[in-house]
Amino acid sequence: MRVHGRVAGTMTSDTDPVVAEDPITGEEIELPADVEVGEIIDSPVTGTELEVISLDPVVLEEAPELEEDWGE
Amino acid sequence: MQIGILYSRIRKDEKLLLGELRERGHEVAKIDVRKERFGLESTTADVADLDIVVDRCLSTSRSLYATKFLDSYGVPVVNSPETGDICADKAKNSLALARADIPTPATEVAFTKEAAMEAIEEFGYPCVLKPVVGSWGRLMAKIDTRNAAEAILEHKETLGHYEHKVFYIQEFVDKPGRDVRALAVDGEPVAAMTRSSDHWLTNAAKGGETKSFDLDDRALDLVERASEAVGGGMLGVDLMEVGGTDSGEYTVHEVNHTVEFKALDAASEVDVPAKVVDWLEAKAAAAADGEAAEAHT
Repeated sequence: MRVHGRVAGTMTSDTDPVVAEDPITGEEIELPADVEVGEIIDSPVTGTELEVISLDPVVLEEAPELEEDWGE
Repeated sequence: MQIGILYSRIRKDEKLLLGELRERGHEVAKIDVRKERFGLESTTADVADLDIVVDRCLSTSRSLYATKFLDSYGVPVVNSPETGDICADKAKNSLALARADIPTPATEVAFTKEAAMEAIEEFGYPCVLKPVVGSWGRLMAKIDTRNAAEAILEHKETLGHYEHKVFYIQEFVDKPGRDVRALAVDGEPVAAMTRSSDHWLTNAAKGGETKSFDLDDRALDLVERASEAVGGGMLGVDLMEVGGTDSGEYTVHEVNHTVEFKALDAASEVDVPAKVVDWLEAKAAAAADGEAAEAHT
């Protein structure tokens, strides 16, 4: 089942780890300090691909599913 | 310089590119194509001041349209929409390679399952059926028997998008458990690697094991000519060794236009993002020179 919930997290400085809530499990997950908007993060719990929607605040959403014309 | 990146998701490849661009002090404009609109005269994307835009769209359809629109506004964009148009379609890709006298697997296209069946029987078994648009080895079929051919063709005709009714049939090349991926910028190789697997599909995206590879003179020539055949740009040229690993003979089966390079960067000692950014800087400078020369005429 797809989950469309958005959960905000926090980002304090460029070097601090970024912490956000996994929108599917609700668990807190740590993101790389240099995380980018648009970046895809694998949920450490479920392996689901999560997309970084914004950085301030940090918002994660379940990433779009693979489409047929994706690739190189 | 001000450099735009068209994207819809930031993969490791784009992160490597963004990191290198920022490290060199370039201003980077990330353009999420999902949020923009492209009109006949202008776009909602802020592209007017960009020196160059690099297309990193994951979606082929978005890549083709977005680059076409940007090009029409006079915004320098790589790869060009013309290169994208050829590389995005396996049939056009094969035709371009053949027209340039580059060895490429024998290929036929058919539009009905009956005609496709005739082609498959003529190729003999095994042969390969591929979607004309697609990547990462998805929906590729190695056909070993007539029964399998009939089933696959019926499924494609019944269940598929219209593009799946363009049957792209190719000889099966008995490669030595690996193929070669070369990343080239306007024909100049940046780095190359082999992709090995026990499976007949050796794509890195399918879990193929990667290892740095030194291109010999023959391969260098083919990479340069294959790049030229599709209009140049930053390209992933895929080759298979014909007749074993030491034969020195290759066939070029594909040229990719939104090439991924994270696996190559990891496998090779070459700093791939640095080489790519060197090339982007040169392309942007050349585009600026071209504009300046035009303004003086």
